[in-house]
Amino acid sequence: MREFKGRVVVPGECSAEALVSHGGFNTLASYQMAMMFGDLKALGHDTEVKCGDQNNPDLYGRPMMGKALCLPQTIGSTTGGMVLYAVAAAGKQPACMLFSKPIDSLAASGAILADVWTDAKMPVVDMLGDEFLEAVQTGDTVTVKPDGVVVVE
Amino acid sequence: MQLTPEQQALLDGGEGEIMAKIVKTLVMYGDAFGAGCMVPVTSNYGHTVISFGLEVLKPVYDLYDQLISAGIPAGQKFTADPKPLDPKVPSTLLDDLVFRKIMYTQQERYEAQLRKLGITDDDDYTCACYLDQVGNTPKKGDVLSWAESSAVVYANSVLGARCNRNSGMIELMGSIAGFVPEFGLLTDEGRRATWVVEVKCEHRPEAQLLGSAIGMKVMEEVPYVKGLDRWLGTELDDEAKTYLKDFGAATASNGAVGLYHIDRLTPEAVEQGESLIAENAQVYVIDDAELQRVKDSYPVIWKKPDARPQLCFVGCPHMTLKQLQDWTEAVGEGLRKHGRDKVAVPTVFTAPTPVIREFERTMDAYRLKKYGVVLSYICPLMYMNNPLCKSKAVITSSNKLRTYTSAKYHTEAEILEIITGGEL
Repeated sequence: MREFKGRVVVPGECSAEALVSHGGFNTLASYQMAMMFGDLKALGHDTEVKCGDQNNPDLYGRPMMGKALCLPQTIGSTTGGMVLYAVAAAGKQPACMLFSKPIDSLAASGAILADVWTDAKMPVVDMLGDEFLEAVQTGDTVTVKPDGVVVVE
Repeated sequence: MQLTPEQQALLDGGEGEIMAKIVKTLVMYGDAFGAGCMVPVTSNYGHTVISFGLEVLKPVYDLYDQLISAGIPAGQKFTADPKPLDPKVPSTLLDDLVFRKIMYTQQERYEAQLRKLGITDDDDYTCACYLDQVGNTPKKGDVLSWAESSAVVYANSVLGARCNRNSGMIELMGSIAGFVPEFGLLTDEGRRATWVVEVKCEHRPEAQLLGSAIGMKVMEEVPYVKGLDRWLGTELDDEAKTYLKDFGAATASNGAVGLYHIDRLTPEAVEQGESLIAENAQVYVIDDAELQRVKDSYPVIWKKPDARPQLCFVGCPHMTLKQLQDWTEAVGEGLRKHGRDKVAVPTVFTAPTPVIREFERTMDAYRLKKYGVVLSYICPLMYMNNPLCKSKAVITSSNKLRTYTSAKYHTEAEILEIITGGEL
């Protein structure tokens, strides 16, 4: 078990299975297919919200909904925050978002829009340090505490 | 964050619950980045990245209905990104069914919302809103509340305006409130370069490839690029600005760059030179081999990687008038070389409606049509955002389109050879 202390961006607590991206998380590319077509039975009915970003080998094809999304930062289109808001409004958000680096403006926007304008719960902690991303593995259990402490086991 | 009494009153609900939530959103946004205060938005116009009425984004339009019902128009008018649909762009019956019955069911609703919220004109849907023909061109030093990664990086870098990489929705909230939190690229410190990029290529680097390499390396940091004056000169003329438009879009989409400085060329680099470079800045050297390495690293996710291209998009971000003229000339030459009358691959050039209108007043428009190239105001990225396109062999010279879709990237010279000759 290892503990990391970060900064609380959106308060909350949760425990979930880790899903780790070592590269930047492209919000639009990751969510667009699953959000637009995930509910279509003809296309396989992706209720798990699988990552559609072919440039992200860590996440491509993996379910994201309800996971503890561990990442350095988000990258890509400035629709990113809006996409994250829509994901949360649809109840398909990750359990939490855990950033090794200081949060970027698009992820912060999405997390804040979700917090202020929806009922979704998605704690967000940033500045967990590079060692956090080195330690946590996809499949680990991650617990987020209200003070920004993240436990990996 | 220190708010003025007027801002605090808004936050406390003095102008209603919806305005209070808008200000709360902006305050939390600023707090996340240690902003000390709000600063007024000083540009004439805003720009929103949301131009599409997607079924899946109903929560966004429901929220905008709340703004309209509360009687809250934007404090400034704004332009918007390109529309996702244009009947002129080739599509199958199945494509049309998916577009109109599954994906873009909210398009009319959303465009009506934008008219109520303050879009400048029904023709002002483009990602290149800063072009002269569109007229949303901020002045140096203007504070903006924009979103659209390619427009933000252009406004910051080429025009010297000040704007953070805001998300969709946040940008509209800044335009409504008339103020934005002061942090990041709005501050002198945030505009200093933390990377030095030394371009040591023997050939003029492809704008979209160079931007991609830099974006992937520096991510959201600010690069100071040396060595480009060898090809771009030291004057921000049309050619240089066009190059930087495409270069910047790639830095922003392949990474998260919101501002770059080009040595001896962009406004702040001309004024301040290397004093813009922060202490201990990292160095990235780019030569022809590095660009080739980056290009070779792009995944090709076509079902048949060697498939014959079925569609070609040029113009993400939207093309300038000069680009349309130059491409028309180049396509004409290519077709003559290959003994053809029309392009061998269905090809779409995309540009802002006001640019298309000006282009259509010239003989080049007649020639381009004769060559079989479709000219459209569409957003290729939105066009390709569906599973049907995954099975289509689409090629593009846009690194942004490559990043977000299954389109395969080629340099402009390769694209020209493919569309005029039928094969590479």
